[in-house]
Amino acid sequence: MDNLVTLRGVTKRYRRGRQEIEVLHAIDMDVASGDFVALMGPSGSGKTTLLNLIGGLDGTSAGSIEVAGTRLDRMDSGQLARWRAANIGFVFQFYNLLPMLSAQKNVELPLLLTRLPARVRRRNARIALALVGLEERAQHRPGELSGGQEQRVAIARAIVSDPKILVCDEPTGDLDRHTADEVMSLLQQLNREHGKTIVMVTHDPKAAEFAHRQLHLDKGTLAENRT
Amino acid sequence: MKFLPLVWAALMRRKARTILTLLSIIVAFLLFGMLDAVRVAFTVRDSLEGASRLVTSSRLSIIQPLPYADLAQIQRVPGVRQVAFANWFGGIYQDRRNFFANFAVSPNYLDLFPEFVLPKEQRAAFDHTRTGAIVGANLARRYNFKVGDRIPLQATIFPHKNGDNTWTFDLVGIFHAREARDRGQEDQMMFHYDYFDEGRTFGHGTVGWYAVQISDPDRAGQVARDIDRLFANSADETRTQTEKQFSLDFARQIGDIGLIVSSIMGAVFFTILLLTGNTMSQAVRERIPELAVLKTIGYSNRRVLWLVLAESLLLAIAGGCIGLLLAMAGAGMLSAAFRGGAFEVGLQSWRNGIGIMLVLGFAVGLPPAWRAMRLRIVDALNAH
Repeated sequence: MDNLVTLRGVTKRYRRGRQEIEVLHAIDMDVASGDFVALMGPSGSGKTTLLNLIGGLDGTSAGSIEVAGTRLDRMDSGQLARWRAANIGFVFQFYNLLPMLSAQKNVELPLLLTRLPARVRRRNARIALALVGLEERAQHRPGELSGGQEQRVAIARAIVSDPKILVCDEPTGDLDRHTADEVMSLLQQLNREHGKTIVMVTHDPKAAEFAHRQLHLDKGTLAENRT
Repeated sequence: MKFLPLVWAALMRRKARTILTLLSIIVAFLLFGMLDAVRVAFTVRDSLEGASRLVTSSRLSIIQPLPYADLAQIQRVPGVRQVAFANWFGGIYQDRRNFFANFAVSPNYLDLFPEFVLPKEQRAAFDHTRTGAIVGANLARRYNFKVGDRIPLQATIFPHKNGDNTWTFDLVGIFHAREARDRGQEDQMMFHYDYFDEGRTFGHGTVGWYAVQISDPDRAGQVARDIDRLFANSADETRTQTEKQFSLDFARQIGDIGLIVSSIMGAVFFTILLLTGNTMSQAVRERIPELAVLKTIGYSNRRVLWLVLAESLLLAIAGGCIGLLLAMAGAGMLSAAFRGGAFEVGLQSWRNGIGIMLVLGFAVGLPPAWRAMRLRIVDALNAH
């Protein structure tokens, strides 16, 4: 399979006061198209930093990142924004839905950046909500939904513009076991049936079992690679 | 337009706060509209053409008296049908807060003002009573004046020659305005010039202004020029103008209306700027994670800047337009209350108002919008 994500010698440093801290040390990593990868490791190991780099939310200090044939480390913030809109779907631990918008409007948000007419935007949002089993809740606001339902709306928002990759940061971190399994099954379904490549950060070994591969980060180094 | 629901939803996130901010903007623009209508009314000169009555007063100042002797000369100007005269008295009834217009008038004054309706017997009583006075119906209602009352006024300009500051008048009539639009004129009191002139300690033989009735309103401009030419280069040069212009000039004695209006508006908008600016900054601070999410899913820095700016612009424009519409209604009521005062929120006020709305919207929205634009996604998401 072709690589969809290729990291070579990726290093990330942060400045904290006068001190410079290296969070990731020369990471090499490949994710094939259609893969489902779980990034695991202790807190502070650099999992989320690595995920942010793959998702084009942050820039590298050294090394190269190529995602879906595009060198992210060579793009400016405007180009990255456009690229994210077209290629990446994000799922966060705390869902990050806009509280004053209905589920339908939340799902439509990425589509506002396209030239699609309102009718098509509404239809696509409905389809995405149907895919996550929440068509009936389209007009409900996040405050009227359970945690699991909110996360499913967030997944619908992530897939509505048909991105190549889903980037998930602790998608089950705020859910109970049963709901977490439902959400993971949904992600697995999106990976198997719709061919979405998924890179997921998780602390939860049960959630990681849904992935094809588990990569372990420790102190900024990709320490272990289990299949 | 497709982003409008997003902007609206952001504003409705804290309904009470948005409504209160909107109300403060509405009040500010209502005030602006009303005051600007007053400013425009005081700065735009009224056209002479079509006027059936003119007012001749001193060219130097409205408080500068004119010789009584001018009367005969004005009466001889071609096109002049009748001339009356009056003099401001400025008396106080019981308390300084009880202000109302009161002035001495010539015997034929009411003949020139058919819009004031005085019963025949009361008019006869006025004509034959040296100390007689008439008041408008509003004034009579306000102080419960009845025909037969004696009304004492404290002089503020003209003390009585008997050494007393109090002038006493016998109320012989109560007049009404013929038209509803002239009701504002029912708040005044008139009495005889002769009684006033004999009793005052200075200024004998002078009058405040002449009211000139003309035969052909189409020739009003020419008649005005002819009257003023009569007294050109004399010690008492005149300015002949419409009643409306005369009333406005009279009111302008209180000071530079434009400066007063600008000062008040400056203070109001400065306060609104601080108030709304603080509210907008707070609103954006609360939404930093949400803005970060928008950026994450592909909204560019510039788009986020415009979304935040659109909120403040929408608030300023909606509040401003509602305020100006209310001011239009208010100005209409003001015009009805003051005869001769054409107060209106016209095109110029709307133009100025829209300019202020845009400046307010940008000034208030730019700092938080700039902050939202510069937001680093990673930091903002971590702040969740």
